[in-house]
Amino acid sequence: MTPEALMGGFTAPPQHSSRAFRAALTALSRPGTIVTVEGGHGPAPLSPAAAILALTLLDGTTPVHLAGGHDAPALRDWLAFHTGAPVVGAEGAAFAIGTWAALQPIPRFAIGTAEYPDRAATLIIEMPALTATGPRLSGPGIDGTAQLSLPEAAAFRANRALFPLGFDCFLTCGSHLAGLPRSTIVEDI
Amino acid sequence: MTDQAYNFAYLDEQTKRMIRRAILKGVAVPGYQVPFASREMPMPYGWGTGGVQVTAACLTPEDTLKVIDQGADDTTNAVSIRKFFQRTAQVATTEATSEATVIQTRHRIPEAPLTKDQILVYQVPIPEPLRFLEPRETETRKMHSLEEYGLMHVKLYEDIARHGAIATSYAYPVKVEGRYVMDPSPIPKFDNPKLSNSPALQLFGAGREQRIYALPPFTHVVSLDFDDHPFEPSKAPHDCDLCGAGESYLDEVITDDQGGRMFVCSDTDFCRTRREEGHVGRLGEPQFSSKKIANSFEGICAPEEAAE
Repeated sequence: MTPEALMGGFTAPPQHSSRAFRAALTALSRPGTIVTVEGGHGPAPLSPAAAILALTLLDGTTPVHLAGGHDAPALRDWLAFHTGAPVVGAEGAAFAIGTWAALQPIPRFAIGTAEYPDRAATLIIEMPALTATGPRLSGPGIDGTAQLSLPEAAAFRANRALFPLGFDCFLTCGSHLAGLPRSTIVEDI
Repeated sequence: MTDQAYNFAYLDEQTKRMIRRAILKGVAVPGYQVPFASREMPMPYGWGTGGVQVTAACLTPEDTLKVIDQGADDTTNAVSIRKFFQRTAQVATTEATSEATVIQTRHRIPEAPLTKDQILVYQVPIPEPLRFLEPRETETRKMHSLEEYGLMHVKLYEDIARHGAIATSYAYPVKVEGRYVMDPSPIPKFDNPKLSNSPALQLFGAGREQRIYALPPFTHVVSLDFDDHPFEPSKAPHDCDLCGAGESYLDEVITDDQGGRMFVCSDTDFCRTRREEGHVGRLGEPQFSSKKIANSFEGICAPEEAAE
C-alpha cells in the first residue's frame, strides 16, 4: 500500500459527506442538473466527483465493481482504506465505477427484481465532459424537458423500458456530477 | 455528557450512508417503498422516528429546519424534534415556511407553495397502502410487483356503496407516475393535489415499518377515483375565525360546553403571516407583528427603568 492510498479522504466526514449527499440527491432527483462537489479526491483515473461519491455512499456492505482502467492497484488500495467496500465482478456489484466504454456490456449489471426493484446497481460513469447538451430528458424530477451530454441514448432508453427495474447512474467529470435515474425518458434530438 | 458527544445530526456515519443509499433508490423508483435498517431513536415509535432518520441523513450544517405537527410549529412533537436537531446538528431553525430548506412534517403539507430549494420530509406511520386490505407483507409485495391494485378500487367502491361517496378523508391513496400506488401518509385529502408536480423534493420515512419512499420534484401523482365519482379535496365549509382565510385547511376547536366552536387554520405559520398582514377573521382581533409589539414595549419602558 502506497501513502497515496491514505490521502484524499474527508477531513470533516459528517459535514463533508452531508453536503456531498445533498449534491448527489439534487443531481438524482433533478436529472439534467449538474452539481459541483468538493472535499475529497482519489488516485487517478478516479475523478474527484467519483471519489466523493465513493466516500459518501460506499462501505463494507456495498460490493463495488471497478471497470477497465479503474481496476488499478492504487485505486483498490484507496477504496479499501477509505470505504472497505469489497471489489467484485459486474454481476454482483451494488456500485460500478468506470468509463462508459469500460462498463460495457451494460446488461451484466443488476437491475433489481420485480419485488425488490431497489436491489439494482448504481453506475458511476466517468465522462470526458459533462454539459447540458445532447439527448433530451423528461420524466420525474424534470420540469418539462432537460438536456444532458450522455454517452449514448439507446442504452438508457432500453433501461427506461425495464421500469420499475433498471440501473441508476451518476455521471462524473472533474468535480462535477449529474444523475440519471432509471425513471428518466431519454430521446435523441 | 455534552451535546458534542453526538455525531453531527445524531446518527453515526455508517447508518447515514445506509439511509442515504435507500433515499437515492427511492428517488429512482418514485412511490416504491425501499426497505431500510431503521434504527432506534431517542423517541418512541409513532413520534416520527422515520422522518427524523430521513431528516438526519439529509441535513447539512447550512440548512434551516422547520418542523410541523398537523400544520402547527408549536405542538409537543414539533418542538421536541426541532430542539433535537438544534442540539445534535446545530442547524438554524425557523417557523416560516418560506425560510426553511428542510421541512419535516407530520400529516400536513404547508399552505404556502414550496420551492425547488426545499425538501419536505413526511413522518409515516403505515407506509403500505394495501396493509388494511391484505395484512401479509409477502402478498402486498407481490401485488405491487404485479401492479395488482384492484383491491384498492374495491375498497373505494365499497365506500360509495355504503356512504354514497368516497368516505376516505385522509391517507387517501395515490398512484405515482402511473405505476405504484402509494400512501401519502395521513395528510388530509385536501392536501393531495399538492403532492403532484411539486417543485420541492418529497421524502417519506416510516421508522417502525422500516420503509423509505420518495416523490421527486415534478412527479405526476393522481388520487385514485372513478369517472362517476371523481376525487374531491375537502375541508370544513368555513373561513378561518382568526385570519379569515377561505382557502386553507381548518381545525375545529371546541371553545365551551355550550356548543361553542371556532375554525382556525391548521397551518399556524400561514395564519400568523395573514394576521400580521392585517387580515382579521370572525373572532380575531387586529394584530401587530411580534416585532412591532417588541418595539412598542421598548417605547413604554424607558431604558433606565428597564435597568433597575
